[in-house]
Amino acid sequence: MNRHLLSINDLTYEDAVLILDTAAELAKISDAPVKKLPTLRGRTVVNLFFEDSTRTRISFEAAAKRLSADVINFSAKGSSLSKGESLKDTALTLQAMGADAVIIRHGASGAPARLADQQWMTGSVINAGDGTHEHPTQALLDAFTIRKHLRPGQKDLSGLKVAIVGDVLHSRVARSNVLLLHKLGAIVTLVAPPTLLPVGVESWPVEIAFGLDLVVAKSDVVMMLRIQRERMADLFFPSEREYSRQFGLNGDRLKMMQPTALVMHPGPMNRGLEISADSADSLQSVIVEQVANGVSVRMAVLYLLLGGSPLSAENSKVLSDKVVI
Amino acid sequence: MTNVMNGADISRALRRIAHEIIERNRGSENLVILGIPTRGAFLSARVADLIAEIEGKPIRRGTLDITMFRDDLRMRAPKALLPTEIPLGGIEGTDLIIVDDVFFSGRTIRAALDALGEMGRPKTVQLAVLVDRGHRELPIRADFVGKNIPTSRDEIVKVHLTEIDGSDEVLIEGQR
Repeated sequence: MNRHLLSINDLTYEDAVLILDTAAELAKISDAPVKKLPTLRGRTVVNLFFEDSTRTRISFEAAAKRLSADVINFSAKGSSLSKGESLKDTALTLQAMGADAVIIRHGASGAPARLADQQWMTGSVINAGDGTHEHPTQALLDAFTIRKHLRPGQKDLSGLKVAIVGDVLHSRVARSNVLLLHKLGAIVTLVAPPTLLPVGVESWPVEIAFGLDLVVAKSDVVMMLRIQRERMADLFFPSEREYSRQFGLNGDRLKMMQPTALVMHPGPMNRGLEISADSADSLQSVIVEQVANGVSVRMAVLYLLLGGSPLSAENSKVLSDKVVI
Repeated sequence: MTNVMNGADISRALRRIAHEIIERNRGSENLVILGIPTRGAFLSARVADLIAEIEGKPIRRGTLDITMFRDDLRMRAPKALLPTEIPLGGIEGTDLIIVDDVFFSGRTIRAALDALGEMGRPKTVQLAVLVDRGHRELPIRADFVGKNIPTSRDEIVKVHLTEIDGSDEVLIEGQR
């Protein structure tokens, strides 16, 4: 496995299945009375969050703590970043403090890749969401949740039909999910108004539909995306009410779904906009479970990236090829 | 490559171990038997079947993966996790038997004891192994041993079991 997790493209099919299998074993520990494992004792994990986050940061923190790592939380507000410190100087500071892994969320697409490529640091870099690029651990936890419900005991998601609905243009969750679900054999359909689909979407391994009614009945999973008001400077649809009526998951569409189909949402939800309250709280909704599974999946990622030797075969080659700093 | 135990030797050793476990613990009521995956789990299933057959009643059994508790994790690439299955009722107050295939440095068993410490407090913990090859690095001993095989450190002891290797045998590779 790669030393960093920046994109789903860093993972082979085998890596992805290994992460899901490892997470399944670790999920059992979350049910045990003592939830702690000594695996990452003495390792330091830094949560470097340039953007706001509830779920992802807490989830990574819980995962690292259950593996006994030391966790340092670092958010842009209240640090020297608000004084204009560059990413490079921040990285050099973290290196000087001996961070073994940096979990980074940044508003700019590619910031984690820059952190990983520039040899500012020797630790692993884990992408916790960068701009409109990717959010790989979210896709892994979504795949884990789907596999647990619809393909128990099997390796991948072959043949499952997954609809990803809403603001695909701004969604890093959608990008990572398209790549991972395709890698695991699922058939992905994007459902969005044309204005909310990115340029070049024709080359993605997906089908595209412009109305939710056509797709909802034949999908095994309906994954709703958040309308990202903070990234919407332009007008992408006439009104929120019109969007909600055409692309929102409401009680009527919920009734059209197959009884075994799942409702998912990466959170935070705009209740009443892309998803109605009765859909979000229905029995088919696994939205709260997604959060719980996030901890197991992130434990698996941290273990597989950090648990082994810091200088095991592949890593030592990487380090000796490049002179650090 | 030398064959040191064949299928018949292995089944005789396991049958003896099963009897010894029952004798030492005066029956099987309070026993829980846990195998360390991969091969220890198969061996523990066989020993558990034998005990159930001898005593005429089922015995509580499971598996215990110790990967996350190893002290040499940082010296090798991370391994996939194997299943841990603790029988209903847990391990609190039980006479717990750990089963493994080859007993070598003792570090696996130390890790297993750490893993158990997270789950509860058994009344006793006993260790059953198919092969004891010596070279302990920790003050740990086995209670039930299938066969003591003196080895040098360079040699490799391989246990093959029908369940995954297609045949039952114990082999020694390397200088002899």
